[in-house]
Amino acid sequence: MHKSIESLIRDAEESGRPLPQVVLETEAAETGVPAAEIRARIARTLAVMRRAVDEGLKGEVRSASGLTGGRARKLWENGPRLLGARVTETLARAISTLEVNAAMGLIVAAPTAGAAGVLPAVLVSMDDFEHLGDDKLVDAMLVAGGVGGVIAQRASLAGAEGGCQAETGTAAAMGSAAVTWLSGGSHEQIGTAIALTLQGMLGLICDPIGGLVEIPCIYRNASAAMQAIAGAEMALAGLDFPVTPDEVIDVMGEVGRRMPSAYRETAMGGLAATPSARKLVQIRPSSRPSGISR
Amino acid sequence: MVSLFDILGPTMVGPSSSHTAGACRLGQMARAIAGGTPERALVRLHGSFAATGEGHGTHRAIVGGLIGLSPDDLRLREAYEEATAAGLQWEFEDVELGDDAHPNSAIVTTWLNGEEVVTRGASLGGGRVEVTEVDGFPVSLGGNYHTLVLLAHDEPGTIAAVATILAAHHVNLATMRVDRTGRHQDALMTIEADEPISDAALGAVRSFPWLRWARVVPKIA
Repeated sequence: MHKSIESLIRDAEESGRPLPQVVLETEAAETGVPAAEIRARIARTLAVMRRAVDEGLKGEVRSASGLTGGRARKLWENGPRLLGARVTETLARAISTLEVNAAMGLIVAAPTAGAAGVLPAVLVSMDDFEHLGDDKLVDAMLVAGGVGGVIAQRASLAGAEGGCQAETGTAAAMGSAAVTWLSGGSHEQIGTAIALTLQGMLGLICDPIGGLVEIPCIYRNASAAMQAIAGAEMALAGLDFPVTPDEVIDVMGEVGRRMPSAYRETAMGGLAATPSARKLVQIRPSSRPSGISR
Repeated sequence: MVSLFDILGPTMVGPSSSHTAGACRLGQMARAIAGGTPERALVRLHGSFAATGEGHGTHRAIVGGLIGLSPDDLRLREAYEEATAAGLQWEFEDVELGDDAHPNSAIVTTWLNGEEVVTRGASLGGGRVEVTEVDGFPVSLGGNYHTLVLLAHDEPGTIAAVATILAAHHVNLATMRVDRTGRHQDALMTIEADEPISDAALGAVRSFPWLRWARVVPKIA
C-alpha cells in the first residue's frame, strides 16, 4: 500500500488512472490476488456493513453489559431538528453499527472494531441520498482503504497505541476521502478533506468506561462521521489547509506516541476514571463462567 | 506489510478485534493443537483478558474457538450452549503471568482421548494471535500453515532426517526454522507446509531416538 497520500495522488495523476484503480492495482500487485477477486471481497464486506447498519436501527440490540443498545433507533425516530437529514441519519447509522458490535453482532473492523461505525454510516447515507449503487461504493471503499493504509504505516490504528484519534480519527479521514471522491472532488480536494477532517480529531483520547467498546465509543463514532462530512464539505467548497495531509497524519502519530498511557485504552483515565463511570462499572457482575457439571 | 483487508477488515463478531476475534482464534489454535474438539478445557486468562474479558465476550469467544467456530461465526454469541451440545466441558480461572507476559495472554489446557495438552498464546491485536508455548516448549505459531513443531537433541543430521521423512510422505515445505533453545541445548524445528501433515509422517518423526517432543498443528481456516 502507498506510504503517503502525496504518492498515492501522484501515482493516479502520472498514470491517468482513477484513485480507486490505483489502490486496487497496487493491492493486486502486492498480494498476488486478482483485482476482480479483491473487488468481490470488498463487495461482500460492504454487504456486512449494510446488514449491521440495518440491524442496529431496528433498536433491539443490547450489549451484555447493558451499557448500550437502542440509541440509534431513538435518534432515527426523533429525526433531524438542528442538522440536515443526511447528517442526522449518518449519526444514527454510526451509532447503529457500534451498538451491533457491542452486542456481539457481525461487523467490519474498518479500520478497527471500535471505529467500525464511521465508514458504513457515511457510505450508506451517501447512497441513500445520491443513489450511487454498490459499484461506486466499492470504489469509495478502495479510496478509503488507501487512506487507511497510509495512516497505518505513518502513524497507528490502535487506541492502545495512539488513543481514539488513531481509531475514529483514521476512520473519519477514510470516510471524508470516500465522501469527497463520491462527490466528484478533485485529488487536491480529497487531500484537503483528509487534512481538514483529521486536524479536528487530533488529540482525542481513548478512555472507554469499564474498558468496554461501548461508551463513549458509540458517540465518538457518530461525531467522527460528522467530522468526515464536515471535512468533505469544506474541501469541496474550495477551502484550503496550509498543512499537507501527510503532515497532519504524522502529527497524529506524534501526539499518540506522547499520549500518557492513562489515555490509551487502559480505562485508567479520562471518562473511564470519573466517579459516574466507576459507579456504572462497579455494579457489573464479574463471573467466571463454567460449563462443568458438578 | 499492510494489506487492504487489514484496513477494511476483519469481518468479525464484535466487540473487540483483540478480545473477541483474537480470543476466538486462540481457542481455535488450542483445538487444532489438541487434535479436535476437546472433551474438557481449563482456560486461564491473564491481564487485560482477565480484567475486561467479561464485557468483551472473551470467554464465549475462546469457548467458541475450542469447538471450532470462526471469529465471524454468529454462533459465538451462544457459544456456551453450542459447546455443551458439542460435548465440551470448560472452566475459567484468572492467572497472573507477570509483567513480561503480553496483556492479552491465555493458557488453555485441553483433554481429549486421555491426552492432556497445554497451549499458551496471546492476542496481538487486529485479530492476529501467536501461540508461544505448547506443553511448556517454546514455539511461535500463527495458524496460517500446517505446521510440524519438534524438539530434537542437537546432533548432526536431524534436519536432513526430518526433511527426508516429510519428502517421503509428500509434504511440500513452505518454510523451515531451526532455533537452539539455550537451556536444554535442544534444537527447536518449526516446519510450515502447504498440505496437512499426516499421522504417519508424525509417527515416523517420533520414532527417531534423538526426538524429545513433536506435534502437528493444522492450519486454521
